Amino acid sequence: MYQYNDIDQTLVNERVDQFRRQTEQFLKGELSEDQFRALRLRNGLYIQIHAPMLRIAVPYGLLSSNQLRKLAHISRTYDKSYCHVTTRQNIQFNWPKLEEVPDILAELAEVQMHAIQTSGNCMRNTTSDHLAGVCVDEIEDPRPYCELIRQWTTLHPEFDYLPRKFKIAVSGALHDRAATQFHDIGLHLVKNDAGEIGFRVLVGGGLGRTPIIGQVIKPFLEKKHLLSYLEAILRIYNLFGRRDNKYKARIKILVKESGLNKFSQLVEQEWLIIRENLALSDQRIEQIKAHFTSPAYDLKADKDSTFDLNKQQNLVFATWIKHNTTDHKIPGYRAAFVSLKAPASPPGDMSDAQLDAVADLADRYSFGEIRSTHRQNLILADVKQADLFELWQKLDALQLATPNIGTVTDMICCPGLDFCSLANAGSIGVAKEINEALDDIDYIHDIGDLKINMSGCMNGCAHQSVGHIGILGVDKKGTEWYQITLGGSSENQAAIGERLGPAVAKNEVTKAITTILDVYIKQRREEESFLDTVKRVGISPFKEQVYATN
Amino acid sequence: MQLIKDKQVIDNTWTYLSNDAELKDGDITVSTSRWLQDKAELLNHKGKVGVRITPESSIDEIVNDLPHIELIELDFPDFADGRLFSHAWLLRNRYQYQGEIRATGNYMSGQVFYLSRVGVNAFSVEKNEDVPAALTALNDFTVKYQ
Repeated sequence: MYQYNDIDQTLVNERVDQFRRQTEQFLKGELSEDQFRALRLRNGLYIQIHAPMLRIAVPYGLLSSNQLRKLAHISRTYDKSYCHVTTRQNIQFNWPKLEEVPDILAELAEVQMHAIQTSGNCMRNTTSDHLAGVCVDEIEDPRPYCELIRQWTTLHPEFDYLPRKFKIAVSGALHDRAATQFHDIGLHLVKNDAGEIGFRVLVGGGLGRTPIIGQVIKPFLEKKHLLSYLEAILRIYNLFGRRDNKYKARIKILVKESGLNKFSQLVEQEWLIIRENLALSDQRIEQIKAHFTSPAYDLKADKDSTFDLNKQQNLVFATWIKHNTTDHKIPGYRAAFVSLKAPASPPGDMSDAQLDAVADLADRYSFGEIRSTHRQNLILADVKQADLFELWQKLDALQLATPNIGTVTDMICCPGLDFCSLANAGSIGVAKEINEALDDIDYIHDIGDLKINMSGCMNGCAHQSVGHIGILGVDKKGTEWYQITLGGSSENQAAIGERLGPAVAKNEVTKAITTILDVYIKQRREEESFLDTVKRVGISPFKEQVYATN
Repeated sequence: MQLIKDKQVIDNTWTYLSNDAELKDGDITVSTSRWLQDKAELLNHKGKVGVRITPESSIDEIVNDLPHIELIELDFPDFADGRLFSHAWLLRNRYQYQGEIRATGNYMSGQVFYLSRVGVNAFSVEKNEDVPAALTALNDFTVKYQ
């Protein structure tokens, strides 16, 4: 894991001091609401319905156990003893006090964390594959490049006041687990015909109001040109992106309106001028890579026999293994999900006690590291198979072992109307109701791989347009209604969900979802997944039943 | 109005000349359009000439004239419009502009550090009481990544 050097530490410390001064200026009336808004957003601070919300950056989803303990401490000391994991691998606190935020940031800086550029119209936290470095289908570990991008984007003086927010995701595996096709820039590590590894660069993808799949702007970019190419895209976007209408200000609209050809010509022209000056040396790349070496794996881990025995003797454990763990590149190891989707708890929420306990489990079983995922869960990425039974028991005692990863109850969900001032409709309550209706774990497992994403407004924080089932809260004359889409996906075969029909009332959402599941079960062929069934039969059979029963 | 130039507070000697104002002696700033239109006349004027640019301006239009322009003023209509950051960067880095680049209008003290990093070396400060905050903010960071 990356460790700060003096420069990194000085930078975050000075950022805390800067924001402390800015907060004092605001509280003394020396900054306008508008001015302070721009400054606080760039430090992760929103003003929400009940209180400010503070979004902490978790660069590419990587956390140490000490960082987790610090988050637990912050939640106890400054908040209501819980936090929320977001769909962009970050952590949010929902109840901090404005005047205490500089103190929270100072506490974070003590453990090499910050909230820099986690909101506002600037370059945001870079996200990645939650299985980076451990998965079996990796071309190259993307994390060193994520770190290079993190440093380059952080406090970039030219690009802090962009037309709109800007998100970059990096994937190094064959299977895209980082939704790179739905980012302003998506980077894929790929191998060319000569066997060299570089980046396929996508541009102009995005979710929100106008979901668009990113297009390939550069099929193969040499690694040394990574930052110069990013800079070229950002400069063109900063100069030519629309600023007249915030709903048309994302780079996806610029790419769409100018056409990919014209846009890439502008980028290419700019890039040719700057690329040599900004080239990354091999030495620089190696220096960053040295922070992401493999931990000291036990190379005899697969000799253990207790794992299979425990699976045979305990079906509940076997179920958890099947759903909540995944293959690891080292024989005898697995990556274990920490499910933050217990039926009674809002998706992605974690208490201070759970944070502390998971930190201890990470120290004991997974080299002291934890990852956050896009689907609002955590992962202990390096667990020996012999330790999994014990780990499962401990997670179960903490309500963190619901065996539902990748299933219908592993819903992703924004905070919705309960917390967010942008929302048109509630989402946590609806998620809870759906969860309660789907209380039969065997039925859930029978349905299999199904991703429900639910957002409380058009901004789409929960990525509803790429949910296999998407639910979008809308406001109709002061009441909450929900639009349902089917067939979306953020993975390799990216697709934007198709609208099922008119929005349904709040008290009919759960029934609509269970009807959709019933139709799937009737229509599916053998092992066919929900997504494949929707692709094959189209939305009509679902539509007929959902609106017939309404 | 106060002026901070190269981290020192100094008096402003420049006069803002609107598009329809009559030309007068002394150091003046004019809009890009006036510069392009009255270039010949302005080159013979007694005093220095500065050109004001806005986010919409295209640097290309004045690139060849840079040796004759002693000051480029970045006129911020709105602090959230970041195009002027790229304009400044292009002037200093790509076109090696040696003269003064000054931020004016609706920018914030919270931006002066970034502005200084993209090549801005002077800041006009509307209210005298805001000068200390701007001077402090110029030193917000001692390190950088880029």
